[in-house]
Amino acid sequence: MSLRTISPAPRRLLGALACLALAAAVTACGGGGGEGAAPAEQQPPAAACPKSSGKVNLTFWSWVPGVEKAVEEWNRQNPDIQVTVKTTPAGNAGTYQNMYNALKAGNAPDLGQVEFDSLASFRLQEGLTDIAACEPVKQAAGLFAPWTWSQVTFGSGGKDGVWAIPQDTGPMALYYRKDLFDKHGIAVPKTWEEYYQAARKLKSADPDAFITHFSQTDPNWFTGLLWQSGAKLFAQQGDQWSVTVDNPDSRKVADYWQKMIDEKLVATDLQGFSPALYKAWNSGDVVTWISAAWGYSTIRDNAKSTAGKWAVAPMPQWSAGEGKAGNWGGSTTAVLAGSKHPYEAAKFAMWLNSDPKSLEILNREGGLYPAATAGLDLPALKAPVDFYGGQQIFDVFAEASKGVDTAWTWGPTMVDTYRFMSDAFAGVLGGKGTLAQALQDVDGKTAESLRKQSLQVAE
Amino acid sequence: MSMLTDIAGAHPPRHARLGGRRDSPAAVGLAFVFLALVAVYMLLPVFWLLVSATKSQGDLVSTFGFWFAEMHLADNLRALFTEQDGVYLRWMVNSLLYAGLGAAVGTLLAALAGYALAKFPFRGRELVFSVILGGVLVPATALALPLFLLFAKLEATNTFWSVFLPSVVSPFGVYLSRIFAAASVPDELIEAARLDGAGEWRIFFTIALRLMSPALVTIFLFQFVVIWNNFLLPLVMLQDDRLYPVTLGLFTWQSQVSREPGLQILTVAGSLVSVVPIVITFLLLQRYWRAGLAAGAVKS
Repeated sequence: MSLRTISPAPRRLLGALACLALAAAVTACGGGGGEGAAPAEQQPPAAACPKSSGKVNLTFWSWVPGVEKAVEEWNRQNPDIQVTVKTTPAGNAGTYQNMYNALKAGNAPDLGQVEFDSLASFRLQEGLTDIAACEPVKQAAGLFAPWTWSQVTFGSGGKDGVWAIPQDTGPMALYYRKDLFDKHGIAVPKTWEEYYQAARKLKSADPDAFITHFSQTDPNWFTGLLWQSGAKLFAQQGDQWSVTVDNPDSRKVADYWQKMIDEKLVATDLQGFSPALYKAWNSGDVVTWISAAWGYSTIRDNAKSTAGKWAVAPMPQWSAGEGKAGNWGGSTTAVLAGSKHPYEAAKFAMWLNSDPKSLEILNREGGLYPAATAGLDLPALKAPVDFYGGQQIFDVFAEASKGVDTAWTWGPTMVDTYRFMSDAFAGVLGGKGTLAQALQDVDGKTAESLRKQSLQVAE
Repeated sequence: MSMLTDIAGAHPPRHARLGGRRDSPAAVGLAFVFLALVAVYMLLPVFWLLVSATKSQGDLVSTFGFWFAEMHLADNLRALFTEQDGVYLRWMVNSLLYAGLGAAVGTLLAALAGYALAKFPFRGRELVFSVILGGVLVPATALALPLFLLFAKLEATNTFWSVFLPSVVSPFGVYLSRIFAAASVPDELIEAARLDGAGEWRIFFTIALRLMSPALVTIFLFQFVVIWNNFLLPLVMLQDDRLYPVTLGLFTWQSQVSREPGLQILTVAGSLVSVVPIVITFLLLQRYWRAGLAAGAVKS
């Protein structure tokens, strides 16, 4: 479940105006106090971020396996800022709800793990603290993959606040069974058209085999594909949202997969992360998986009998020669609203997600693929991986991460949108309608759900 | 309500043989087949759990689910009890504390309240009883969030007490205690004890409690299972994984599987181990449980 997706995207605000508004408060825009603060019109001015005096205790909720080991290291190095970490169930398994409850009750933790696709909801419900003014965050922009920074600043590059620190990401690539591709003389597909041809070739060579599976339970996988295509599902202008789940780019993706489904080139009866899927990987009935960097352990641990037979290639492209990738999953560390020690919390969040020692622990214990660019140089992410025939697979993902669209925007009610998508896809796989119609359906229902939350939705 | 109180005997009269009519072999055979099917249906998931807990993560997904593959039970158990510095054992102890202690205290409170409602007439007694009965209808799920906000005011969320205290309340237990106290503790006995000079507490603890014991075991078991299975309350109240009951702990692991696939087999093994205390409790107390269930079923 923690595979959810990532990111938010930009909210292209009128940069200059926002800058003026914020200038009142601090240095966010370099200018400073001189020009006479314009009245803040959208966001309240970012609060200053002073250090607390004396010893500080922070609380932190996270569900990264082994995160407590990184926190122990921090506590050892920082006797004056002690962090207590609570290991909670994954966000959408109840922890987000608990965070909202705690925010309401006024006893929220100082810091929480928030996935990229939930940042917009948290911000909408005023659950986040803007940490742009905090000293440790000032130099952060260059330390993280550009698209992740765009996500935590909602596309403003920091002028409209910094609402979380990126933690890990899930740039996508193509996992494929090298041995079977070789056996059937199939070349590694570089474009989606070639991927389709590969699927047909595989089918004629082995009628029982499928190029991949199309799951109804992984709407965030599908949004990863949409992300790569350049589709924009949401846009925000001031307080007004527009919902464009159904757009020419997403329709292109939907039509493509509809063709794959119609020609029975993909398995439609296997759900993501299900034993049945793992069985099909082991038996060679499903030969590729377009998935995120963290997926390497999913295959490794669940398809043990195929050790050494897999390899990783970049995601197929819509136009030959491009280097675009989608992203699936990933989290941030956010300072939640009401924290009395934003400076210290921000300092910890920065350390946790950019210090080499911490990144090493989180990668080793929790399998995180770091958002910090320095993290990509970890020895573990440079080394050949035996399961993948000794390929340095993480080089592929590092490259993919550079090709992730920085302009992607998540909607404020992604949990609903995902559910609509799952439901609609279930209908399609059951033979009712097409994926393109499903997207239309999701579009309408999402706009409806936004309206129900009293958000302004553009027609 | 009065019909509830004039039940005299706690135990139904024993019928030596019902009528003496013998059922035909065909009917008996049919009943046997039906019951066998039901038994298989009930036991299959447990069997799956038992089989799966002996597999490695790789075999778990690639081999036939209802039969054994390579034996890895010892490895799995070792991994289970050492994962995250042995947090699993801690969860088990927590569950036993929440459920065991909670059910014990809850049963005592229910017995006191039920006895008082049955034996001491006072103004508004039926009203109090009706309100308690109403409480039976309110799902625990609906109370989790209000309880959270309440405990947040006291700054007591994320503590042992935040799960323990709400767990000791059992309207159903009070209801059952009242019926049972009315049925099994004769007024004459209480009268006699009073004449002999015993105080009310003494009468309750030395006489009433013993007479009510079959019902109390029922309440205890019922409450034990309810607390053991209560998932939402700890989910909402607790964030410290050292305080989790085993259900919530296993759920947490399961929700992290995508990042660390090895946790899946630990979740399976952990589920198997977590069944053991429940099974033991039931084996030890089942004859009381049966007696208690039948109590009040027959008017005599």
